[in-house]
Amino acid sequence: MDLRYTDAEQAFRGELRSWLETTLPGLPPKPSPHDWPGRRAYDTHWQRLLSDAGYAGIDWPVEGGGRGSSPVEELIFKEELERARAPYVGVNFVGLLHAGPTIIAEGTSEQRRRFLAPILQGDEVWCQGFSEPDAGSDLASMRTRGVRAGDDYVVTGSKIWTSHAEVADYCELLVRTGADDSRHRGISWLILPMDTPGVEIRPLTTIAGSTEFAELFLDEVRVPVANRVGEENDGWRVTMVTLSFERGTAFVGDLLEAIELLSSAVTLAQRTGAWSDPGVRRQAGHLRAELDALWALTKRNVSQAARTGIPGVGGTFFKLAYSETRQKLGEFSLALLGRAGLAADDIEGLDGEGPLPAETMVEDWLRGISLTIAAGTSQIQRNIVGERILGLPKEPVATTGAAREPARQRT
Amino acid sequence: MDFELTEFQAELAEGMRRLCAGQFPLEQVRLPESTERVVDRAGWRQLGDAGVFNLCLAEEAGGVGMGLAEAALVFEELGRALLPGPLVASHLAAGLIDGADDGSVVVGLVERPDPARPEAAGVVPVIIEHLGDLDVLLLLSDAGVASVDPASLDATRLKRPMDPLTPVWVVPGLPEGTPVAGPEIAAWWRRDGAVLTAALQIGMAAWTTELAVEYAKQRRQFGRPIGGFQAIKHLCADMAVRTEVARCAVHAAAVTVDQPEVGDALVAVAGAKLLSDEAAVANGRSCIQVHGGMGFTWEVPAHLAYKRARVLATQFGTEGALAESLAESLAESGRGVR
Repeated sequence: MDLRYTDAEQAFRGELRSWLETTLPGLPPKPSPHDWPGRRAYDTHWQRLLSDAGYAGIDWPVEGGGRGSSPVEELIFKEELERARAPYVGVNFVGLLHAGPTIIAEGTSEQRRRFLAPILQGDEVWCQGFSEPDAGSDLASMRTRGVRAGDDYVVTGSKIWTSHAEVADYCELLVRTGADDSRHRGISWLILPMDTPGVEIRPLTTIAGSTEFAELFLDEVRVPVANRVGEENDGWRVTMVTLSFERGTAFVGDLLEAIELLSSAVTLAQRTGAWSDPGVRRQAGHLRAELDALWALTKRNVSQAARTGIPGVGGTFFKLAYSETRQKLGEFSLALLGRAGLAADDIEGLDGEGPLPAETMVEDWLRGISLTIAAGTSQIQRNIVGERILGLPKEPVATTGAAREPARQRT
Repeated sequence: MDFELTEFQAELAEGMRRLCAGQFPLEQVRLPESTERVVDRAGWRQLGDAGVFNLCLAEEAGGVGMGLAEAALVFEELGRALLPGPLVASHLAAGLIDGADDGSVVVGLVERPDPARPEAAGVVPVIIEHLGDLDVLLLLSDAGVASVDPASLDATRLKRPMDPLTPVWVVPGLPEGTPVAGPEIAAWWRRDGAVLTAALQIGMAAWTTELAVEYAKQRRQFGRPIGGFQAIKHLCADMAVRTEVARCAVHAAAVTVDQPEVGDALVAVAGAKLLSDEAAVANGRSCIQVHGGMGFTWEVPAHLAYKRARVLATQFGTEGALAESLAESLAESGRGVR
């Protein structure tokens, strides 16, 4: 067990840090969260800068056009970006973290040539069409149909929780090509151009008031058979293969952000006088212990990925523990705001010390509620721990390969 | 950076697990339950021969010269085996008290109540664990460490110890004792003692998880193993998660003590002790719950781990003090971990 970084790792960190120092001040102002075209332009510009500097696809293999970094370098990369407050991956999320790696692993050489570089360079944006209104945790029960008609699949059905659908060029789409009851054996993975006739996008408003998700309605949408990744009816395996790209770093930025938020909460408590309450101090102390432990668990998971090349069980442990700690932090901050938390607006404090950070804290509390739901609910995650890690008997209906979408996307 | 166990560390832990399984099976560990003396002298020597006490002692002082990380892995296994006795105190005393290092002398330790700390002041008298087994009792305070002859104390044994393998005595007060170490040693004992106690806790947390899972697989109700029901499965899953998170915290704390340049060791240690106390206590409780009615019986060993976890949670930092010290670190730095 060694927590010291090697000379090579420190050199990587140093170079990255100086690149961030020179690059970040030149970024345009951040667009409003509701300005979707503006967000796309901002996020893809940032991706272009990363690409020009050789940092795009840090975790992608070199043959896929990525940098092919080690898991530890990937950890350092995400850590430095968060500490420098660099832009988030934003609308490039699905392409970089899911669709791209899937095409690298399972796509034809033509598909790789066509789709990978535009993702890395920020030219094309992807969204994900996996979940359906009636197929959430039980993703294998999905019903969106793909019927073969000549060189096309004719796709009809609906998808939900499709992040960034409004600004996406392509959608990684799971459709049923097998019999109705074929479950995970009858699913195919398709590349859907979003401008295909018959695609209708309806934004969903979340409890946080944001619209990063949409519903997709697909009415006899024709997708070329050439856009299928992997074999027909093998889409479930194709989807699962991609998960092995996760190397324990999925939540590095989120975790460091949480540590920052705890600091802000402590500053607020000191300002309002709540810090003199031992109950408040102890809650803060507990949160610190939990966040530090999760940082240690992250390093353990990354080290395991570096040694074995495959993600261990630690990722599931991490998600379960982190999502609950983060929600506790949200509740803690909200309680500290008191009545200033009745609006997500930064109002001036009466102490002359500037605004009270209600915007960040209220929004973070609300967005945090998705953590125990998105990318596999905590209940499904506990089934996975119980069945696949501890070897307890399965539920009557197998929960193998429960829905796992990309983790929450920060806005 | 490679936070996985080295091959050597994995072998060390594995070797200690084998030793415990072979030499200290639970049936034997349980034999002295509710008696005055629970330390098996021959067994204690065996632990000494295996390096349990002199592992961190410098080689020139006759020790093995390893780090706290290795010691934590060893203590995790001792916790898993529910080994009773003043293991941490004897380990800390190696090199300071003759015979502690090889297990020929059993050394215990108690905090001297500090009148400046309101929690300790006044009401609760001094309670000493394992007094009947001790050759030397050490008194720990901020000022340093003092040694006392256990036989010289006017101690009364309490008839119904909470943990049947941790007999306890009450004393009306503590003598000055003979000073054996100064404030610096006291501070690092507090730190290392917390890490090793936390390591015992995560060993128990892991063990109670396994015990609960095994039972949930074989116990059948409503025609199915109870582990197939989510209500039980999720209890077990939470036990596993708690253990793993706390385990990483303990390992990180031990490594941070060994490699001070990687972080603030005192913060890492406080967090590790806090979370491992919680994990051991909560898992002990869940283990009883998964066992249902049988879990409430003396025969099923779930209660032993639960009770021991409660004992260890009173040593080398309690919940309130640990959380306060972490809060203090937040207030001071206003900055997170690195």
